Amino acid sequence: MEFSELIKTATVESVLLAGTGLPAVRGTLCITSHHLLLSSCPGGDGQPGTVELWLLIRNVDAVEKRVQNLGWYQPPRTNGSPRDTRLAGSSGTITLRCKDLKVLQLEIPGMEECLNIASSIEALSSVDSVMMMYPFFYRPQDLRLEEGWHLFPLEQYFQKIAAQTNQWRLSDLNRDFTTCPTYPAGVIVPAAVSDDTLRRAARFRQGGRFPVLSYYHPRNGTVMLRSSQPLTGPNRKRCPEDEVLLGTVLDEGERGFIIDTRSAQAAKQARMTGGGTEPKSSYPQWKRLHRPLERGRPLQESFIKLVEACNDASLSMDRWLSRLESCRWLSHVKAALSTACLAAQCLDREEASVLVHGAEGTDTTLLVTALAQVILDPGCRTMVGFQGLLEREWIEAGHPFHLRCARSAYSHARLKQEAPLFLLFLDCVWQLSRQFPFSLEFGESLLLALFDNAYASDYGTFLCNNEKERCLCKVKENTHSLWAWLNQPEEKKKYLNPLYSHNPLVIWPSVEPQSIQLWQGLFFRWIRPSQYLEEARAEMQRLVEAKEAPAKESAGSRLSRSLSDPAARTENER
Amino acid sequence: MLYMPVIGSSSLHPLYNCYSVVYANKVENVRLLDRVSSRKAALGTLYLTATHVIFVENASETRKETWVLHSQISSIEKQATTATGCPLLIRCKNFQVIQLIIPQERDCHDVYISLIRLARPVKYEELYCFSFNPKLDKEEREQGWKFVDLNEEYNRMGIPNDYWQISDVNRDYGVCDSYPTEVYVPKSATAHIIVGSSKFRSRRRFPALSYYCKDNNASICRSSQPLSGFSARCLEDEQMLQAIRKANPGSDFLYVVDTRPKLNAMANRAAGKGYENEDNYSNIKFQFIGIENIHVMRNSLQKMLEVCELKSPSMSDFLWGLENSGWLKHIKAIMDAGIFIAKAVAEEGVSVLVHCSDGWDRTAQVCSVASLLLDPYYRTMKGFMVLIEKDWISFGHKFNHRYGNLDGDPKEISPVIDQFIECVWQLMEQFPCAFEFNERFLIHIQHHIYSCQFGNFLCNSQKERRELKIQERTYSLWAHLWKNRADYLNPLYRSNHSQTQRTLYPQMTPCNFLYKFWSGMYNRFEKGLHPRQSVTDYLMAVKEETQQLEEELEVLGERLANLQKMQLNGNKIQSKQQDRGKQLGLSASTNSLANTPQEYGSDLKSFPSRSPSQGDEDSALILTQDNLKSSDPDLSANSDQESGVEDLSCRSPSGGGCLPSEDSGKDSDEAVCLAV
Repeated sequence: MEFSELIKTATVESVLLAGTGLPAVRGTLCITSHHLLLSSCPGGDGQPGTVELWLLIRNVDAVEKRVQNLGWYQPPRTNGSPRDTRLAGSSGTITLRCKDLKVLQLEIPGMEECLNIASSIEALSSVDSVMMMYPFFYRPQDLRLEEGWHLFPLEQYFQKIAAQTNQWRLSDLNRDFTTCPTYPAGVIVPAAVSDDTLRRAARFRQGGRFPVLSYYHPRNGTVMLRSSQPLTGPNRKRCPEDEVLLGTVLDEGERGFIIDTRSAQAAKQARMTGGGTEPKSSYPQWKRLHRPLERGRPLQESFIKLVEACNDASLSMDRWLSRLESCRWLSHVKAALSTACLAAQCLDREEASVLVHGAEGTDTTLLVTALAQVILDPGCRTMVGFQGLLEREWIEAGHPFHLRCARSAYSHARLKQEAPLFLLFLDCVWQLSRQFPFSLEFGESLLLALFDNAYASDYGTFLCNNEKERCLCKVKENTHSLWAWLNQPEEKKKYLNPLYSHNPLVIWPSVEPQSIQLWQGLFFRWIRPSQYLEEARAEMQRLVEAKEAPAKESAGSRLSRSLSDPAARTENER
Repeated sequence: MLYMPVIGSSSLHPLYNCYSVVYANKVENVRLLDRVSSRKAALGTLYLTATHVIFVENASETRKETWVLHSQISSIEKQATTATGCPLLIRCKNFQVIQLIIPQERDCHDVYISLIRLARPVKYEELYCFSFNPKLDKEEREQGWKFVDLNEEYNRMGIPNDYWQISDVNRDYGVCDSYPTEVYVPKSATAHIIVGSSKFRSRRRFPALSYYCKDNNASICRSSQPLSGFSARCLEDEQMLQAIRKANPGSDFLYVVDTRPKLNAMANRAAGKGYENEDNYSNIKFQFIGIENIHVMRNSLQKMLEVCELKSPSMSDFLWGLENSGWLKHIKAIMDAGIFIAKAVAEEGVSVLVHCSDGWDRTAQVCSVASLLLDPYYRTMKGFMVLIEKDWISFGHKFNHRYGNLDGDPKEISPVIDQFIECVWQLMEQFPCAFEFNERFLIHIQHHIYSCQFGNFLCNSQKERRELKIQERTYSLWAHLWKNRADYLNPLYRSNHSQTQRTLYPQMTPCNFLYKFWSGMYNRFEKGLHPRQSVTDYLMAVKEETQQLEEELEVLGERLANLQKMQLNGNKIQSKQQDRGKQLGLSASTNSLANTPQEYGSDLKSFPSRSPSQGDEDSALILTQDNLKSSDPDLSANSDQESGVEDLSCRSPSGGGCLPSEDSGKDSDEAVCLAV
């Protein structure tokens, strides 16, 4: 497929661009394989126009077109006949609704152009083939391709655990992705369990996702494991290897908790389709807790409804709150935080190991395990540690980003497998950062950047659904890593929290409704003018920097000034 | 200086250093329940004094004390006796809810009866401010009362001038007994006009100046509703409005804003009151802005507080409840009215006359919100005190009736000034750099409106206050707040910041979502719900340290220049700097922050909000406020000495020490582990 086939009209002059909160500009619109550009008309003095818009077409979630003078319009399909569709005054408006929730309007003179542009954008934005996506073409000058891809090797993570206990080992049984197609090549498993046992246990878990270590709690040596559901099925099948695997994790007399992210009812029903839960009789040391978390379509619909409500200018104060309630997004935030707290509490307070799973073990499971680590582990609250966490617990752990983030909240396309699990995670982290404003090294801006890049990116980090696919597509060889870009000193500065100070403790958030707020920085980013809040942020930065300044710089300079002051010196010499 | 026992942090037994204790009642083995987690109850002793209810925990290390002023009690509820004892629920006007379990039914009844009496004094003399003695001498007390001077304030606005003057028509309260003696009126309004107009207005509250904008001569005046009925007219009243319009030569009309819903105003016409007929007054533009009356507001708050009191509500319960209470809708209505007036004055340059029915509730809210938007002075600490003095105290807002200081008609009670205070907070959230003071300042003012510890908010009018000789017998809150102003500063405020200057223009529609639930106020005694680290306190500490460092540098520079012998040894310099720092610190001030020895840059212990995380494990995360605020003891009464971690474990899905399956949350009902 050639991109050029999809582009029906490549440039249009005199297009008016309007975005929410911005003054409208007129300029030349240009479509390339991956971008939509608008450069404003050059000024009278012959200066080149400035680029006003540089939009990754992958970022477009929905295209809506409205053409004026439809009565005059003749379909361009009338082969060979002169197309006099470009009547004076005819024009069209295209509304682009983006995955990052921004809304843009293009007013395009000429109906045909308008329709061509719209259908080109539609076609280009729905290209689904990974290797055709922009990261495979993006070649920034100041980054090297291999940079950032191997920043967080599992080996390194394992070494930290190995320094404290010898009960765990790094296994490469999945190096060719045959045991579990959605796991990475390396996994951390109990040292006492052989690869062979693991292979058998994997057959008893959906998608082969056998229990692996997600987090080792250094304070008391308890661990958090994650997996998919066991394939108990209607006949209550058992798997000795799976029982051995989980049994090894606990010492005799020790108790562990299985946190199932489905309701007890749903878990029971899953048996009908071959899934199920760990029965008490076969796993006597494990106690099961059910904490239903929404995922899949209901979660996507919740996201869509919330964004709709945020964009609805007609709402009165009254109806706003019921709309907020009825979209249930905050309930999902509360549930996710509560469940992660529960997992954290089992580890830290009950001193018991935990296994987390739902059904496939790629969605709510990861939401809980990743969030629990942010709460428990101060290391995950640093800029680098957080990136490592995302790499380990979302990307390598096989959260299907390509499927889940194919479409955002505006798309009219039929929903397939989209669900904003990752956004929900970012929202929960934002709630933590609000309740513990000094404890996270990064700020809201990083969370926003991650959201944007998960849905449409110049970088390959969030491409594909798992490591196996990434290998097949040679993502790590042919695209740049988001981390390489984020970690450049100049760029990194933008994402740091000026108030950060290392907090070695567990950060237990409040999950009462009074404490959970709508993430305005994300959901109202393009709707509400944030000038005053930005100013406040800048003021905070200024205060913190001012504290450093007199101590470091002026101290030195003033001292040396008075020392070099000739009058002072003569006085001194006297 | 201690004029009240320090709560929470005091190691002394409370009764030793409390000056007004009456050993009337003491009940032992009382349990104080934690509202969120019923498992956490503290055993202790309950004392009733002449002024306070005091609960002292038995736990020997902490002996934590909870103090509640009788005047803060809004309701006492005796609940059905259970096996463990007799529960008593005390709800406070500052939104504290105290749940006690008293072992003996008889004791509980005694406490209940005593409190009912103590919480509802019938004479002003019974109120706390008449016995409260902060050990200031007479001169200091008088100085305190002079701290806010309204004549000075009108001078600041540029008045008297060619258009406005002070009038003594109300000397001895002869025209209007709920107005102050000194009122500012247009120069062209003669005594005859004023008196004539006052006869045509409810309770004779004639139009008088609230705010004047000297840049464009536009003004905000206030009054009560006209007694127009269906057709009545009053020449003097019409002249009065004309005089107000003419005092703004730049504009050819005057807005008359009736802050009531139109229906209410029309209903008043049947009672011989009502609103201005545009045909009778020359060049007015009449406008309704529907703010509901005090009864609606009282019920709305009641409903919202019920939501706050829900035990482990789901997100939906909470949002539904908040919506159904209508509270935020009412807040928005008041804000919208204020914004309308501020725009009229600042953008159109048109004067506005504001009234509601009696002109002492909604009118006060709206005038003060508009003033706050218009004039940066009111967004400073001193200016805010002046604003409350001007629009609320002097113009006869009925503090005693609205806040139930003396036993009275419960239908008169309504959270009118609470709503204004919340409007200010909502603005602070939208304009974080625009206010000199912080949230704590607002919370403490709200507290003292109900506490009756200071005389400022007593009675219903200036006349009553003078008759009671308030200024000779009680102390002023303003001086007290000013003395502790370091606690109330907003670190993001800079007088030369762009947000600080000019008029504030908040977002109107469609940004309803800008109005948020204020858990810092309505759930303020539930520390677990709030952010665990205070950005305000941290930044304030940073700011102070920076200032101190700069001062030290200054001193050091001078010293260096004067040194006879100079050793160019870096270490020595360093040590001298530290030395100097200590001296400075010790002499600097009584402020607890300033006296920590400083090192350059690195010593984080000077930031109480941070050091805990470096320090002992479980006392972490929260300290901040309690350490930093040297504020009113009774405000920190409930200050929670326990750690964030502990505190939390009862809030996060399961209580510490218990199986997670015995969950507290609703969500968990069906989630209790089911072994197959």
